[in-house]
Amino acid sequence: MSAAVKMSSLSKWYGDFQVLKDIDLKVAAGEKLVICGPSGSGKSTVVRCVANLEPYQGGDLSVLDTAPDKVRRGDVGMVFQQFNLFPHLSVLDNLTLGPIRVLKQSRTEAEARARDLLDRVKIPDQADKRPGQLSGGQQQRVAIARALCMEPKVMLFDEPTSALDPEMIAEVLDVMEELARDGMTMICVTHEMGFARRVADRIAFMDAGEMVEIGTPDQVFTAPKSDRFADFLDKILSH
Amino acid sequence: MTRFLPFAALLLLASCAGQPGTWGWYVVDPTTANGWVNIKFLLRGFSSTIQVSLLAAFASIIIGLLITMPGLSANRWVRLPNRIYVEFIRAIPLLPMLFWVFYGLPVVMKSMGIQINIDPFWGAVITLAISDSAFTAEIFRSGIQAVPRGQTEASSVIGLSRAQTMRYVILPQAIRRILPPLANQFIYIVKMSAFASVIGMQELTRRANELVVTEYRPLEIYSLLILEYLVLVLIISSAVRWLERRMGADER
Repeated sequence: MSAAVKMSSLSKWYGDFQVLKDIDLKVAAGEKLVICGPSGSGKSTVVRCVANLEPYQGGDLSVLDTAPDKVRRGDVGMVFQQFNLFPHLSVLDNLTLGPIRVLKQSRTEAEARARDLLDRVKIPDQADKRPGQLSGGQQQRVAIARALCMEPKVMLFDEPTSALDPEMIAEVLDVMEELARDGMTMICVTHEMGFARRVADRIAFMDAGEMVEIGTPDQVFTAPKSDRFADFLDKILSH
Repeated sequence: MTRFLPFAALLLLASCAGQPGTWGWYVVDPTTANGWVNIKFLLRGFSSTIQVSLLAAFASIIIGLLITMPGLSANRWVRLPNRIYVEFIRAIPLLPMLFWVFYGLPVVMKSMGIQINIDPFWGAVITLAISDSAFTAEIFRSGIQAVPRGQTEASSVIGLSRAQTMRYVILPQAIRRILPPLANQFIYIVKMSAFASVIGMQELTRRANELVVTEYRPLEIYSLLILEYLVLVLIISSAVRWLERRMGADER
């Protein structure tokens, strides 16, 4: 099995401003990668390129052995910082929209699977509510379930807990950890270093559009190679 | 607001009594034979005004949708026709456009070898529809663009096509923002249909004008005319409010 995600010299500009500078990265199938870095470092942009939400201007990117825009629909799932649930649909309809319209499942089939997944993210009894009636943590778990309904091979997380109150962060991270244990290929942009230490196979550090350092949690937490990463860890771990 | 109504009515009544030569409600007094004939003559204008307004509003929505679509593109060259149409049509006052459609369009068509005769009714429908469509298009565009970008992105990552995203995610959310201003625009059409009187369409205003010419009582007849529009617009605007309440209750 080749890499799930592979990028070489990936570069992207907004006008004259280069947001990604020659990023090289390989994520193997089943691997869990955490990307961290200060805001504006380009970490979200990397993930959004993989999800085919952003075009890039230089380098190569292959996702599941093909170009990002050729990936089978639904194979790459993504969870956003702002949840982005569909506010006009019930929780259940949020989950079944993709399976019914894209995977052409029957409604009964899609609903059965959706209820299973709501069970798995521990909100079985909210299926008929609107997203606006749920707490932030619950909404984010619905968003995870919505992505899983498409039976993705890779899951992307773009700061999934940054918009949540502290007491809700744990419930979302628990669901993500469980997903990791089930062998999902995951790329997470997050500052939750406890989660990174427990779950990540590797941690990548980005700054100013560059991939500064990448290594196993043991490596980077005990002896980061670059000063910039050491500074960053110092800042976020001392709080 | 409601407190002033009895006061205004009193003022009106007071001015009717006494001094001869001010008010002469006899022209539209339903208890006299002549007054009743006049009233019926005026009220018959409702059907044309309503028909023209409904047809024009319907056509305006269709044209507006067609004009909106290129306006949503990320490519500025694709957006250009939308901008030109909206800016151009919006800049033309209704009355000149009405004259142009009624007197000019048949000539243009004739020069292209198409012989058509535009009657006042269709002249009014076409003009109101085109004039209003620029506004309708803007209402559609702003309603659709007000749906957050994240909704499109979330649709994209669960694999929905662009058309599916429009149909199942964007439009159902945009419609809440579109309907209230669209209904307001309908009120505008109803009022502007009065201009059709100048090309001879027998709607509310035209009939009032004709009656004024024979009865020489402009004050009473135009007062009644205003009342006719007021009733029509109040009915529509209460429907709009009902619609807004329903939309709002649906939100959460």
